[in-house]
Amino acid sequence: MSSPRGQEYSYFPGCSLETTAQESNRSLMRGAAIMGLRLIELEDWNCCGSSSLPTLSKPASLGMAARNLSLAPPHRPLVAMCPRCLHYLRSTLKYLKEHPRKRLALEKKFDRPIDTDLEVIHFLEVLDRFGLARLEAMARRSLKPLRFVPYYGCTLYRPPHLERHHYFQGDLDRILVALGAAPVNRALAYRCCGSFLSVTNPEVVTPVVNEIMTSAVAAGANCLVTICAMCQLNLEIRSTVKKRVPVFHFSEVLALALGADDYEDWFDRHLVNPRPLVQQVVAGG
Amino acid sequence: MVGKGDLRADHKAGPPVIEASRGDRGFLEEVVRRSGVQVRRCFQCRTCSGGCPFVQAMDYPPNVLLRLLLYGRRRQVLSCGTIWLCVSCNTCSSQCPMALDLSAVMETLRIMALKARAPIGRPNILEFHEEVARSLERYGRTHKLGIMLRYKLLTGSWFSDLDVGLKMFAKRKLELFPSRIKQVHEVARVFEGQLRRKKK
Repeated sequence: MSSPRGQEYSYFPGCSLETTAQESNRSLMRGAAIMGLRLIELEDWNCCGSSSLPTLSKPASLGMAARNLSLAPPHRPLVAMCPRCLHYLRSTLKYLKEHPRKRLALEKKFDRPIDTDLEVIHFLEVLDRFGLARLEAMARRSLKPLRFVPYYGCTLYRPPHLERHHYFQGDLDRILVALGAAPVNRALAYRCCGSFLSVTNPEVVTPVVNEIMTSAVAAGANCLVTICAMCQLNLEIRSTVKKRVPVFHFSEVLALALGADDYEDWFDRHLVNPRPLVQQVVAGG
Repeated sequence: MVGKGDLRADHKAGPPVIEASRGDRGFLEEVVRRSGVQVRRCFQCRTCSGGCPFVQAMDYPPNVLLRLLLYGRRRQVLSCGTIWLCVSCNTCSSQCPMALDLSAVMETLRIMALKARAPIGRPNILEFHEEVARSLERYGRTHKLGIMLRYKLLTGSWFSDLDVGLKMFAKRKLELFPSRIKQVHEVARVFEGQLRRKKK
């Protein structure tokens, strides 16, 4: 089931990585290129439906995710970085497998077949297939200066009906420890960032985000590393406490460890300045 | 939030009581059928409400909502704010000793509230979801700046959060122009007749 040479994947960026979290997208592409992986962006992909659509219209949210599946060439796995996108793509695939008549109707709508044997995986699973030892051997910089809180967000492994092909909890720690960083596990790593409430009810989100940030500082962390781009944004824009630590996208620290040099642009887009810490990593290299 | 007709004050015992026999039994059945969650298994341990990061903003904590559901309080449940404030972080369901998928229940209740045209407990949150959906219908992707601006226009909250908006804009996190897909007509086909149209 692995792709030819295990190196080629279809890639679904999703709306966040396309816009607000471009730095995550760019660093992911950079890291993947260094690793010799080809992430081929899904041609003309659309939004997965996000958290808003399933409440308003089940058929529309199903259709949105299904269109993406219909665009994916069947012979290579489809990779997502955003946990929410992954969740919707996967659960839609499962639904279409179990409801062939719905699948046929959607295929007719798009005039394209939907292959229900398509593999939909997260980038962490790609790394798992790549192998930790290989990754470690490729590292050009040590992440030793980073004392990070692994912040997975809620969607990667929590929804009860997720298709569990892979146990994600612990992946961030394992990978970043292998690259030299030290995990800080006494912070509120499992507290929710607030998702869309950050737009609709910031007064509700700010105290929660501040709690997360304060707990990270109190536990001695000097950064948080997130898998989810929305978490990264919410943790940065909604924290109002004086003592804050930067919040990195996982892909950024990965690419940094692999020796990427075009990081200025990524870190320029952060709201909590990560440069002092990045300088330590680069200098220590 | 509790109207007079909802809870009947028992003058002798003091606090208001719910008459279980007066509840809408079909309501519970419908929620169980639509969500696939065996809500009856809840034994009110309150773990869900203890873990919920946003419980302080809710009119009913999740365990109370389940209790009202069991008593068939259709109107009260469908018009509450809790179901809209839930972001499906699943902290509750991952901690529930009976493994109840509460976010599935919340989603079911939101859908039922819309269908029943119940008063919306947190109208601003529904406005936001509808703005996102309109962006998807128009471009096939979310255009965050457009969503924010229209959301602000609809909720009349122009100046709240201006500082954060400007910071994001300065960091080029809000694009002026939407990223749109080429085959928008395919998305239009998906949306056909699906969204509630706004009355002006």
